[in-house]
Amino acid sequence: MEPATRLDQNHQLSIKELPYIIQWREDRCTRCGRCTAVCPMKAIEATVYTQRVVSSEGASPEPKVSRRLTHVVRQSTQIERYCIGCGTCSLVCPTDAIFPEYNFQHKLYHFRNKGGIPFMRGGRRNDPSTSTLDKLKFTRISMLTDPALDAGRHEFRIRTLLGRNLPAEQLPIKVEGDRLTISNNTFIPPVREIFPIRIGSMSIGALSPHMWEGLAMGITYLNEVEGIPVVMCSGEGGMPPSILKSRYIKYFILQIASGYFGWDEIIHALPDMIEDPCAIEIKYGQGAKPGDGGLLQAYKVLGLIAKIRGVPQFIDLASPPTHQTKYSIEEAVAKMIQSMSMAWGFRVPVYPKISGTKTARAVLNNLARNPYAAALCIDGEDGGTGAAYNVSLDKMGHPIASNIRDCYLDLVKQGKQNELPLIAAGGVGKGGNLAANAAALIMLGASAVDMGKYIMQAAAGCFGDEYNRCNVCNLGKCPRGITTQDPKLYRRLDPDKVAERVVEVFKAADVELKKIFAPLGRSTELPIGMSDALGVADKEIADRLQISYVC
Amino acid sequence: MCRLSAITSSEYISPMENIYALETMKEGHDGSGLGLMLKDLGGPFADYKNYPVLSAICSNKGLRDLDDFMKTHGFKEMFTWAPSIKNVPGIERRENYLAKVYDYPETYKDKPLREKEDLLMNVRLALRKMGEPDEQLFVFSFYPDVLTLKEVGDPLQLGEFFGLEKSGLEAKIVLAQGRQNTNYAIYLYACHPFFIEGYATMTNGENTAFVPIREFLMGRGNPGYMGYNSDSEVFTHIVHYTNRTLGYPLHYYKDVITPMKDAEIAKRSDAAALRLLKKSLRPLCIDGPNCVIGFTPDGTCFMVQDSKKLRPGAVGGKTGKYALMSEVCGVDRAVPDRDKSTDIFPMKYDMVIVAPGAREVKVWNQLHG
Repeated sequence: MEPATRLDQNHQLSIKELPYIIQWREDRCTRCGRCTAVCPMKAIEATVYTQRVVSSEGASPEPKVSRRLTHVVRQSTQIERYCIGCGTCSLVCPTDAIFPEYNFQHKLYHFRNKGGIPFMRGGRRNDPSTSTLDKLKFTRISMLTDPALDAGRHEFRIRTLLGRNLPAEQLPIKVEGDRLTISNNTFIPPVREIFPIRIGSMSIGALSPHMWEGLAMGITYLNEVEGIPVVMCSGEGGMPPSILKSRYIKYFILQIASGYFGWDEIIHALPDMIEDPCAIEIKYGQGAKPGDGGLLQAYKVLGLIAKIRGVPQFIDLASPPTHQTKYSIEEAVAKMIQSMSMAWGFRVPVYPKISGTKTARAVLNNLARNPYAAALCIDGEDGGTGAAYNVSLDKMGHPIASNIRDCYLDLVKQGKQNELPLIAAGGVGKGGNLAANAAALIMLGASAVDMGKYIMQAAAGCFGDEYNRCNVCNLGKCPRGITTQDPKLYRRLDPDKVAERVVEVFKAADVELKKIFAPLGRSTELPIGMSDALGVADKEIADRLQISYVC
Repeated sequence: MCRLSAITSSEYISPMENIYALETMKEGHDGSGLGLMLKDLGGPFADYKNYPVLSAICSNKGLRDLDDFMKTHGFKEMFTWAPSIKNVPGIERRENYLAKVYDYPETYKDKPLREKEDLLMNVRLALRKMGEPDEQLFVFSFYPDVLTLKEVGDPLQLGEFFGLEKSGLEAKIVLAQGRQNTNYAIYLYACHPFFIEGYATMTNGENTAFVPIREFLMGRGNPGYMGYNSDSEVFTHIVHYTNRTLGYPLHYYKDVITPMKDAEIAKRSDAAALRLLKKSLRPLCIDGPNCVIGFTPDGTCFMVQDSKKLRPGAVGGKTGKYALMSEVCGVDRAVPDRDKSTDIFPMKYDMVIVAPGAREVKVWNQLHG
């Protein structure tokens, strides 16, 4: 018998399978067409319905039925065009006639693998539950027995050190009379004093030119005008030679990753560089997609990106999951750290970044013995990405809190907690609590934290959230113009406004950190490892992190 | 907040002088404990200057364990001093309070002082470890010419309890702390002053950065950096680490615990070294509120505060006798006939250093080095 599918559309998805359902108000809609024009997924379309109209004219009711054609906005049920819930339609609608509503019963993951290609997206882990970092409270408040500090009156030094701090016993210090002097011919590893919250690695390519420019202007302003030494990491893909050769390069951390994209330009710019970069980050892993390399999909490889990275346009730029030349941490990684150090005359801190993992302590213990390793950055599972498989994003990785705590306590056992700084990343500011999350990680043992998604949300209005909203960073369709190389999209984003917001975010975080540290009585140095100040109303988390259980 | 009373003198003084000074500051302590540390001992100890004195509180069982241990390890007992205890209502008497003078084991007699110091510390730690589980034995110091007495109770009453007025016990340097019991249960090892290899300090206030400092010290590889029943014990170990282990002059203690801003460091002639110290010893930075008073093995006494001077302190006296106290009323009691116009109220950049024998007092200013 012939299947009846053509008649009842049995193999099509119903609207209830989709994660966002468009709520459209016919009575308000003026049919201007802005929503359908702006939708990055083409999830809504203008179409024509036949409408049954009952009308009556004259003194007494004489209902007449007629049919007329009417224009409506309809949501597509094609899985390739599913509504991502970004809400750009409601942003442009002049009459508030349309908005997407989250559908808790959706079955997106059941269907989003057409052609046998697993679901790929950008964004973050779609887990809206309260993160461990957000559960941590600061419970040791100085009261009466010891005066709390005044965040507004006392002087605070919200700074951290990026680079290897030699133990005092190894410093080239000698006593002459009653004063100390140093002998100059001993190697002292470079150390930078920076603000403890950094903008983590996001490449030009992953970010639109306007977004990247806005961030860069923002941190430059913070450094040069506000005196807050915020630094940001280039991500993989290099930087424009004009910046490489400028004095502003000192505010940037250059990242080298397994694809080495952008490093041709960097190497060529080296002889003309007038300042050293803040640091070099060697990316071995990323919290959002452990075990996967970087990926810039062809949609985003346009002229500027192709030029900076030295590749043709419109091809997928996939970095290998691992550095192909690296087969052991003992020698190859050590050599890479040394090579990068040597390129800048050992004047620049060089450190690896790995994804959060159960094996982080093994990496750490190796680096602790490597005199050239300047730090270790660990990126937890709540980190973001411009492109990854959904399965990697949602199911792979290690939470940052226990990872950083274990590593710190390992360093404490070796007495090296000040020698090798830990940088924590992944989920910082996930719930909007940037300073609190940063402070909690610092008290667990981090010397600094990285954030990425938070600054995209706070400075540029990124729509992404933990309900799988938007998340099309990989397709170059970012409706905000943050993660796209399409000029039609990124011209929506004003770099000056982004820069302004970057400045506001860091100034606010600076105040909030002081508000947290002041009652704990810490002001002249960061409360790194001051775990007695933390509490959590979850016994298991408390035991695991070796902090107080409070209720 | 605890009250601190230190006197350094060219003549022997009775520890009661410190206790009377504490009494004038009584509004600031709640009588929950007294710690006394005497250096450069006179009276019955005058003939034993070069022999280590072990100060302990123990039960009879603890005493037997102590004697057995010392005998086994080759220490010969030369002299035992015990206070003649007078029962005072409210003070719970323990079985033995004693200070025993020993001769070194034969193998150590000709060893340099540094090795002897390590031996004495390790013996003290071993005894502490032995006595800690059942609290039968507490050992506070084991070092030549240094004696420690501690007990829970009001300082003045404890002076009567120990019979200090008539004991003949005297010393040229006496540290005394009247305890304010706040955050920690009263436990003898939590009572100031703290001691390690000739260095002693006592502190008031709370140490807000206690945990990272403790963890850093415990990673220095020195078995003596332990205990930490009080958050103030780290101050003793930091001065020991700075002055003895690293070999830096004493005033760098101030630079270690309260490092200056980079712009301030730049003006010092030793800026290059200070910049490195600030980074390498970052975890030892304190934020107070603290006033630290202590002595070093050569008999130098000092007073130093946190970088915001959240705890006060006063130093006054005359050549031959100086008092380092939490409050000036304590100085008045200890050295009433001094020229008060020369009193020193150290500010946030200051470290007051009184030379051995109370010869002179200097205020070292961190800004000028």
